[in-house]
Amino acid sequence: MKQTTLIYKLVMATTGLFLCFFLIIHLLGNLQLLSPPELAREQFNWYSHLLSGNILIKIISYVLYLSLIAHAVYALIITRVNIKAQGSKYVYDKRSKVSSWNSRNMGILGTIILIFLIIHFKDYWYVYKFGNLPLDAKGNKDLYTIVITSFQQGWYVILYELSFIALGFHLLHGFFSASRTLGLYHRKYAVAIRVVGWIYSLAITLGFMLIPIYIYFNLNS
Amino acid sequence: MKLYLKIWRQEHRESKGDMVSYEVEGISEQMSFLEMLDLLNERLIKKGERVIEFDHDCREGICGACGMMINGRAHGPLSGTTTCQLHMRSFKDGETVYIEPFRAAAFPVLRDLKIDRSAFDHIIQSGGYVSASTGQAPESNSILIAHDTAEAAFDAAACIGCGACVATCKNSSAALFTSAKISHLVLLPQGKLESADRVIKMVGQMDAEGFGHCSNTEACEVECPQEISVLHIGRMNYEYNKALALRK
Repeated sequence: MKQTTLIYKLVMATTGLFLCFFLIIHLLGNLQLLSPPELAREQFNWYSHLLSGNILIKIISYVLYLSLIAHAVYALIITRVNIKAQGSKYVYDKRSKVSSWNSRNMGILGTIILIFLIIHFKDYWYVYKFGNLPLDAKGNKDLYTIVITSFQQGWYVILYELSFIALGFHLLHGFFSASRTLGLYHRKYAVAIRVVGWIYSLAITLGFMLIPIYIYFNLNS
Repeated sequence: MKLYLKIWRQEHRESKGDMVSYEVEGISEQMSFLEMLDLLNERLIKKGERVIEFDHDCREGICGACGMMINGRAHGPLSGTTTCQLHMRSFKDGETVYIEPFRAAAFPVLRDLKIDRSAFDHIIQSGGYVSASTGQAPESNSILIAHDTAEAAFDAAACIGCGACVATCKNSSAALFTSAKISHLVLLPQGKLESADRVIKMVGQMDAEGFGHCSNTEACEVECPQEISVLHIGRMNYEYNKALALRK
């Protein structure tokens, strides 16, 4: 059947929520980096090895790549339709007074996140999968050292922190917006999902932001 | 009071418009915004110039005919107000006021501040009705409707179709308008029967008219003269998803 605006938005909502779910798992895994250095090295490398070997994780990772691509591609299609729908521009425009900045700029925030993801994939995902990594004492690839070394650079920490702030604002609107697209209209639960969205976005953003800062200030070798 | 107006003048649909400056003296604070424009038009007529054309009808905030962007906001600086219910006491003496038509690809400018909103009519024609012969008014207790339900349906039905939701939306989405109509009918037993078919048709027509996606910025609810809730958009999405899932 013909794809309507609502079907496009459904793709955005479902892929977005799957990515939201993934972020929780990703953050929980990364929190292992906060353990004492020697324990953290062993544990984190073991965890990375576990993820790369498990068939179930492999299937989920393909869903993840697909979700990422679909989310970005559909965002582009939607933006194009929206620009066309606007017609001529207002000469004097103060419409921004009645809505939040992040709700109007999900595309810009998403682009920042996409650029971040390209760097992130190149520096860790690609290196882990295709690079020649030294092994740790247990014989697992030593991703821990790569992570710790990269966060010795101040600019790299700042790049990550800024990306996480963009992510935070993206999540703040995206999480609630997805619930609306999926059809949540009951007043009580609409309010509840806003609160959950706030807690979720704050937890994810602050959690991810903590790790590079912790490494930079505590594990300076 | 005296105002410096910058008003969009456009000859016809295809021509290129422009902002034209006017100085208007002797404005009373009690005047409505449309009466202020009437005052300016009277003076333009006396000077032999073409009047500024704008839509208006009831001038009591219930018809939805009037509507323009005033200082960059739909229906002006107040929330929950039509242009005719906006009074000059909301402006300061000597202020510059920008007046433009509502803009959207689906709402072409006909002349000056007048736009073609028939895209809304097409959405209603596509499914915003109950297709049963109504006959005489039935006995009032033959179909029982709870008070809360009747009130909720009426809140949605209060939409006057002015188009401020589209005008203020960064994507020119008609989601609030369409969803208000869908909510209104689905809440009532007579309308519920055809809800699946209706939502598919009306959303399809909304897209065909060239309106954009809803980004849930919720600006529409703020500018809506009837303060129609954005939760209706959630209900429309729910009805649409349900119709997609259960359609044969």
